[in-house]
Amino acid sequence: MNPFLAQQVQTVDAPGIDWGAILPMVIVFGAACVGVLIEAFVPKHQRWSGQVVLTLGSIAAAGIALGAYVSGRPSHGVLTMAGTLSIDTPALFLWGTLLALSVAAVLMIADRSVEPGGSFVAQAGIAPGTVQDRAQVQSTGMQTEVFPLALFALGGMMAFTAANDLLTMFIALEVLSLPLYLMCGLARRRRLLSQEAAVKYFLLGAFASAFFLYGLAMLYGYAGSVKLADIATAAAGTDRSDTLLFAGLGLLMVGLLFKGSVGPFHTWTPDVYQGAPTPVTAFMAACTKVAAFGGILRVLTVAFEATSWEWRGVMWAVAIISMAVGAVLGLTQTDLKRMIAYSSIAHAGFLLIGTMALTDEGLSGTLFYLLAYGFTTLAVFGVISLVRDSSGEATHLSAWAGLAKRSPLLAGVFTFLLLALAGIPLTSGFVGKFVVFSAALSDGMAPLVVIALVFSAVAAFFYLRVVVLMYFSEPASDGPTVSVPGAFTTASIALGVIVTLLLGLLPTFALDWAGAGGFALGG
Amino acid sequence: MTWLLALILLPLLGAVAVAFLRRDDRLATMTAFAVSIVELVLILPLWLSYDPGGERLQQVSSLEWIPAFGVHISFGIDGIALLMIAVIALLVPVVIALLRSTDKIPEGKDVGGLLSLILVQQSLTIAVFAATDVFLFYVLFEIMLIPMYFLIGGYGGPRRQYAAVKFFLYSFLGGLIMLASAIGAYSLAADELGEGTFDWATLVEVVSEAPLETQIWLFLGFFLAFAIKAPLVPFHTWLPDAASQAPVAVTVLLVGVLDKVGTFGFLRYSLPMTPDASAELAPVVLVLAVVGVIYGSMLAAGQTDMRRFVAYVSIAHFGFIALGIFAFTQQAVAGSATYMLNHSLATGMLILVLGIVAARGGHTRIDAFGGMAKVTPVLAAMLLIAGLSALSLPGTNSFISEFLVLLGAFDTRPAYAVVATVGMVLAAAYVLWLYQRIMTGPVRGDAMLAAAPGPGTAAAPEAGARKTIRDLGGREIAALAPLVVLIIGLGFYPKPVLDTVNPSVEQTITAVQER
Repeated sequence: MNPFLAQQVQTVDAPGIDWGAILPMVIVFGAACVGVLIEAFVPKHQRWSGQVVLTLGSIAAAGIALGAYVSGRPSHGVLTMAGTLSIDTPALFLWGTLLALSVAAVLMIADRSVEPGGSFVAQAGIAPGTVQDRAQVQSTGMQTEVFPLALFALGGMMAFTAANDLLTMFIALEVLSLPLYLMCGLARRRRLLSQEAAVKYFLLGAFASAFFLYGLAMLYGYAGSVKLADIATAAAGTDRSDTLLFAGLGLLMVGLLFKGSVGPFHTWTPDVYQGAPTPVTAFMAACTKVAAFGGILRVLTVAFEATSWEWRGVMWAVAIISMAVGAVLGLTQTDLKRMIAYSSIAHAGFLLIGTMALTDEGLSGTLFYLLAYGFTTLAVFGVISLVRDSSGEATHLSAWAGLAKRSPLLAGVFTFLLLALAGIPLTSGFVGKFVVFSAALSDGMAPLVVIALVFSAVAAFFYLRVVVLMYFSEPASDGPTVSVPGAFTTASIALGVIVTLLLGLLPTFALDWAGAGGFALGG
Repeated sequence: MTWLLALILLPLLGAVAVAFLRRDDRLATMTAFAVSIVELVLILPLWLSYDPGGERLQQVSSLEWIPAFGVHISFGIDGIALLMIAVIALLVPVVIALLRSTDKIPEGKDVGGLLSLILVQQSLTIAVFAATDVFLFYVLFEIMLIPMYFLIGGYGGPRRQYAAVKFFLYSFLGGLIMLASAIGAYSLAADELGEGTFDWATLVEVVSEAPLETQIWLFLGFFLAFAIKAPLVPFHTWLPDAASQAPVAVTVLLVGVLDKVGTFGFLRYSLPMTPDASAELAPVVLVLAVVGVIYGSMLAAGQTDMRRFVAYVSIAHFGFIALGIFAFTQQAVAGSATYMLNHSLATGMLILVLGIVAARGGHTRIDAFGGMAKVTPVLAAMLLIAGLSALSLPGTNSFISEFLVLLGAFDTRPAYAVVATVGMVLAAAYVLWLYQRIMTGPVRGDAMLAAAPGPGTAAAPEAGARKTIRDLGGREIAALAPLVVLIIGLGFYPKPVLDTVNPSVEQTITAVQER
């Protein structure tokens, strides 16, 4: 008889919950639910202001709760909810990063002055090209559902980075993904492209989830448990089938790398980045990356550290492919949003190098990189949303020619952000690359670091191309205009630029936070 | 605050002021010039307070920056750095004074922007020579590219975009590879001392004791960055493009001072930090150096464009400097160190004078000119002085340096020295031939004469008439005078310069000589 069934039926004790530790997440999920109620019961004209206040307020409250918890936290982290969540230093750092990034992203989502009525369509359900669709171009309403959706995604990301077993991780993955699929389809302009992006992201995302689930099943078969710590124990010294272990790990990683848009699992990235409404692209590019790499870090460090010799070679190849795809294909792009998408693929390769190091320096370096990259990318998309012509955003490169003549401030800000993405010193991008590469170098990955440096130089070329266009080319006579940003977008861009500069000049405080402790390993 | 810090900060403040005054061209130029003159005056106390026999690094100041990696903002100078800082302080006011004679600001740009960027460039260049923290050096090495990128790309000639991007990418790639080496040195120190640091003196101690194989990897990283910067053949292809497209004033600073960061890097980083690897790989570098001398000379002779001509002359000279450095004798390295100064003076003046010639004639092609000495005798004299210094005629400053390089190199590397001597002969040929083509003979060429009538039409009497070309005015002569004085003065009395660098040179090569 199955030993599981032979057990005596016992009363199930409710697991202990450390409410203080998970309060930030609870606030975000709670606010998301309230947001849904607002959609249902509050009159249409009051929804926008209600949602903005609720969303920003709840993120701020979650931030305060996080701050209050961090000061008095146990140094090795806590496991709570029956060990499904591990609230340790990396999780708390990532939560802080996610909350800070989502403030900036929500500010962009809430902006209604750059595009009258906001970047979101009034009724996403109307098929593109129909009479109703043409009629709604004129309307200025927007689907305020985007705010609770963003909050659900944010909550999912927070749960994802703290998940200590694979099942929780899978559920969190779905919670963060499903709202994102929807949000991609809400763009006010270029409806068809937006819906295509949503469908593509959903289909490929579903595939990736299936991979993840399949891998999870195999690992359960291998270790008899879905807990990361149990998998580590099982892998540490048994004669169980390695095939199961590595097949499981491989499938699991496909799902995770997909979310992190790491090449060769990147194919959705350019289309989705281009088609989604720019504020949503910003949110995805910054926050999803943070969450995905938070998850990858935790899985690799907690569950698979002992077997790192076996999988590291494969991950080397993945990192190199990702950098190569991002840097080389980025060169050929003519659309700015697609270009930044390829840039994000290259950055994912760099991040993976830090992730693979599995040392304290590697962990803190990757965490720092995520923080730095997130803010820079957010601000980049904020700037992109400002350059517009009659049909919406002018994302084609040629439209940016000579921009510096017409709006020197915007061109200056964008140049600074591009230099940060290229990793020029005195920006956060450089410090991020530096910490990640130095961690990899001291962990014996010198050839990979040299390859990464070469691809950094290649990638620098396409950032420079934009700078050349903006500064040294003659503007087209019918070129786009630069919108005067509203307070929301201004605040969002300013936040990104300031953080990029600050982390470039004085990275110490963030590095100290990121390096304050490792993952909680206990099961 | 040390004099050194004042020298670094002053141009930055000046740049901000000039940027605010850019609406008024005249006011902006006056301000920039005044700032650069004050900067030049500040060199005096710096030079006087420098004690050649004293500590290795002087005027030291340090501030903690990123404690997590042991990074400090620390500055200090040795004799070699002092020379380079002095020469940029000299060249900046000269190029500002001559800006109107050498460059035309492109449509829609203002001179204030150009001057502001030049001052930023000056500050960063001084800082890069003064940095004594390897991390800080790398940061400045890369940051320095940005104002130069905008200077070339914003104010240069017709192919400036291409030149600016090529310049940036070459240097950026070199810098990144150097970063890998710097991190390598850092982790070596972290293993050795238990705590990582980027302090130059500490890294020198730790890395110079590392095994040969480690040293070779670290050497290669630094070498690539410096060889691109210097530039040595075959890493030189960006220089002719950059030098021919950048404004003349910027080319002077680029070739005259910025590129010296490469050779300075050999002296400050490669030899002391990786002495075993330097000794091991010296033959490779020497081959590149000598090839550079011959190749640069031959291509210089073949150029039809004045700006590209100067670029190839410089490539030949950088070959000489590298030859001296990697000969590892006191004489040769001292020759190279002073050559870095003398090349700045000689080539700087050559670029300026050729820039004036080109601006007056409206052409940069050499064959557009002829017999110009008849029209502009003073300008011709200036070109001759600059040219003679560039070909190292005895009695000019470069001769002493080149002689020391060859003499010192002959002791340890006779074969290379002999081949390089051929370069001296070639130098005489290409310089004198250039002078002959532009200045002597009958007045001829598109730049000198009005356009000839097209074929088939009868020769009109006014066709072929001489254009009026102004000779150098008093302001221009005054601006070039300090260079002339130094070129001739240091040719006869090089002692102050040699005394300043000799102790630093000795400290630089002790480690490598022991191997």
